[in-house]
Amino acid sequence: MARKTPRRPARQPSRSNRARVGPLRGRLSDVPALKVDELIANRDISIMVCCGSGGVGKTTTSASIALRAAEQGRRVVVLTIDPARRLAQSMGLSELDNDPKPVSGVDESNGGRLDAMMLDMKRTFDEVVESHASPEKSSQILANPFYQALSSSFAGTQEYMAMEKLGQLHAEALGSGRWDLIVVDTPPSRSALDFLDAPERLSSFLDGRLIRLLLAPARGPARFLSVGVSAVTSTISKVLGGQMLRDVQTFVAAFDTLFGGFRSRADKTYQILKDPQTAFLVVASPDADALREAAFFVERLAEDHMPLAGLVLNRVSPPVAQGLSAQTALAAAERLSEDDALTAALLRLHAERLDTIGRERSLRRRFAAAHPTVATVTIAALATDVHDLSSLRSVGALAAA
Amino acid sequence: MTTDARRRSPVRLHVVSGKGGTGKTTVAAALALALASGGKRVLLCEVEGRQGIASLFDVAPLPYAERRIAVGSDGGEVSALAIDTEAALLEYLAMFYHLGRAGKLLDRFGVIDFATTVAPGVRDVLLIGKVYEATRRSERGRSAYDAVVLDAPPTGRIGRFLNVNTEVAGIAKTGPIRRQASSIMQLLTSDKTRVHLVTSLEEMAVQETLDALDELTRLRLGLGVVIVNAVTEPHLPGEAIDEAATGQLDEARVAASLKEAGVGADASVVAGLIAVGAEHAVRIRLQEEQRNRLEGIRPAVVELPALNEGVDLGGLYELAHELRESQEF
Ligand SMILES: Nc1ncnc2c1ncn2[C@@H]1O[C@H](COP(=O)(O)OP(=O)(O)OP(=O)(O)O)[C@@H](O)[C@H]1O
Ligand SMILES: Nc1ncnc2c1ncn2[C@@H]1O[C@H](COP(=O)(O)OP(=O)(O)OP(=O)(O)O)[C@@H](O)[C@H]1O
Ligand SMILES: [Mg+2]
Ligand SMILES: [Mg+2]
Repeated sequence: MARKTPRRPARQPSRSNRARVGPLRGRLSDVPALKVDELIANRDISIMVCCGSGGVGKTTTSASIALRAAEQGRRVVVLTIDPARRLAQSMGLSELDNDPKPVSGVDESNGGRLDAMMLDMKRTFDEVVESHASPEKSSQILANPFYQALSSSFAGTQEYMAMEKLGQLHAEALGSGRWDLIVVDTPPSRSALDFLDAPERLSSFLDGRLIRLLLAPARGPARFLSVGVSAVTSTISKVLGGQMLRDVQTFVAAFDTLFGGFRSRADKTYQILKDPQTAFLVVASPDADALREAAFFVERLAEDHMPLAGLVLNRVSPPVAQGLSAQTALAAAERLSEDDALTAALLRLHAERLDTIGRERSLRRRFAAAHPTVATVTIAALATDVHDLSSLRSVGALAAA
Repeated sequence: MTTDARRRSPVRLHVVSGKGGTGKTTVAAALALALASGGKRVLLCEVEGRQGIASLFDVAPLPYAERRIAVGSDGGEVSALAIDTEAALLEYLAMFYHLGRAGKLLDRFGVIDFATTVAPGVRDVLLIGKVYEATRRSERGRSAYDAVVLDAPPTGRIGRFLNVNTEVAGIAKTGPIRRQASSIMQLLTSDKTRVHLVTSLEEMAVQETLDALDELTRLRLGLGVVIVNAVTEPHLPGEAIDEAATGQLDEARVAASLKEAGVGADASVVAGLIAVGAEHAVRIRLQEEQRNRLEGIRPAVVELPALNEGVDLGGLYELAHELRESQEF
């Protein structure tokens, strides 16, 4: 992923973050538009990350944008996480697979291509261990009960491994030139922030005081331990049971040489995320919770000087015909007799939809009032789920409209 | 369940799970309100650290303490508790080990952080441990709560969450955490506990529900009710659904009716109305497809309507009323 243009200064506020002059009334017409096709065409962008709270459409958005980018000539790999079964199948992913596979059915006439993969969190963790420890040591680690629990069920391992995988794909893209754009889906966590926080939490644990403490008995005679330390180890062993403490100690001792590597790789990936070659897309659905999470995320990106491209507001109510107000429609529905039940029902549906559109607009206005510079694009809800290439294409087209 | 059976129902702990975003928190809150009718005391717990209950009832963030959040006209009341892992661990240590000072020491060395965020399983034991304690607590010779409702983690994690015993067995083979896990498991697999699953009539949610039913059955956890949430009522007359979905509604007929009703509508309005009808009909048909997939599952199925205005306190009471009427709880 060679970047030919000179590196922009670290934090030149991106277009979406530049302070705006003028009244901040949160008028929707003032909200800057997020231009997805421009983003795709911008060869300086080599990573797009779709973040957002649970169920808002992160996987759908990342797959749609990846497909669109590929069909517009970019060589794309999309890292999906827990895609719905049918969506995975439509991209030729029948099982968890840590190696990107070409997606068939993609229009490659513009010179692009699309590879896709589904993150296998446990295998990614295992591979990290295997590639950084001797065969003997790694089999010892892989067999450790504590490692097994940590690698398969720690809340945050998925985020950590998504980062790890992103780092790997990025290195491969740079090395082999196989891809010039990596699109990253993020895990279904409660909060979009988890993606940024979990790796830090895990690596600070792996590097932390506790580890040194647990390592101590394995390294030196117990008499050097301070009173505080032995009080702590004895409490842990009292509460968790001595055997668990021993497992953790064995794990930590075997893992010792890997810790530094974990931290430095996590830091490196974090740096890549801060680089202007990255574009964060915050995905939200038009409801108060999702927009609140999106606002947190936007603020956090700004704090950490991470490059926000904009907000993708997904599954908004499709527009209705102009020129018929909700009141008129409802009043007319009342006037119609049984014979016109169908038209009366259509009028009520129309009025209901207008209500929903009104509510969604007021939520968007509130978001815009607080974050007037965040470029936004809306994607209308399709009538059906999105689980094949042609509906991904439709979503991509809506995103670029 | 008949009213009679309901009176005798031994269920004390209602666990509410479901795919993310399908309405677990909403349904758990409505269920707590429903169970509180008839002068009952109910505790509503959350464990994901999101303050979902506080925002739903529009109150300040809940501390780690049981707070009354709703009172019924018949003396029933709902209290709420946001269970915080760290506080639960410190409380646990203080309760069982009188570890006031050591607790602080543990904190300083990152042990608390370790146990609550990194050590898998331990966290879940602590969270459910608190629910277990509240469920079994007695005050003045009777149960502190008639029922406890848990707004639980989503289906993707529910099996692992509830199966604390096995999860912990992998890492703590002896010791008090292990013993605690065993007593929790006893409550969870007894007839005092029921796991309810919330779903929408969408493909992925229904799939997750079916998968979760298998998993819960395998783990021998008591199945409760499948609550189909946010169901869209069909607005179009039955025979028009298929026509509308396939774009075969008669434009001329609609235009004529509009004229009849005195609405001056041009062709674009007519086309717009027909498009809205088509979207609605497609949605109703998809719902029907998904509803069919739930046919024949073991648990009873209860449907709750989509509230057009979104969920506010009034809406919660409406849903609570529906749940009570179903007589399944
Ligand atoms: N614009 C859209 N129109 C219609 N359906 C959509 C749209 N976007 C997403 N969906 C559907 O919404 C559901 C959730 O989408 P998706 O899986 O992409 O969300 P997610 O944010 O990745 O969820 P999770 O947090 O669970 O990973 C899917 O069934 C998907 O097909
Ligand atoms: N019956 C309903 N009618 C209309 N809206 C509803 C209904 N039930 C829930 N909602 C809305 O759907 C959204 C998700 O609901 P809720 O927060 O209860 O889901 P959840 O399963 O707890 O989500 P999470 O997985 O994020 O914890 C909320 O905005 C809520 O107001
Ligand atoms: Mg997803
Ligand atoms: Mg919830």
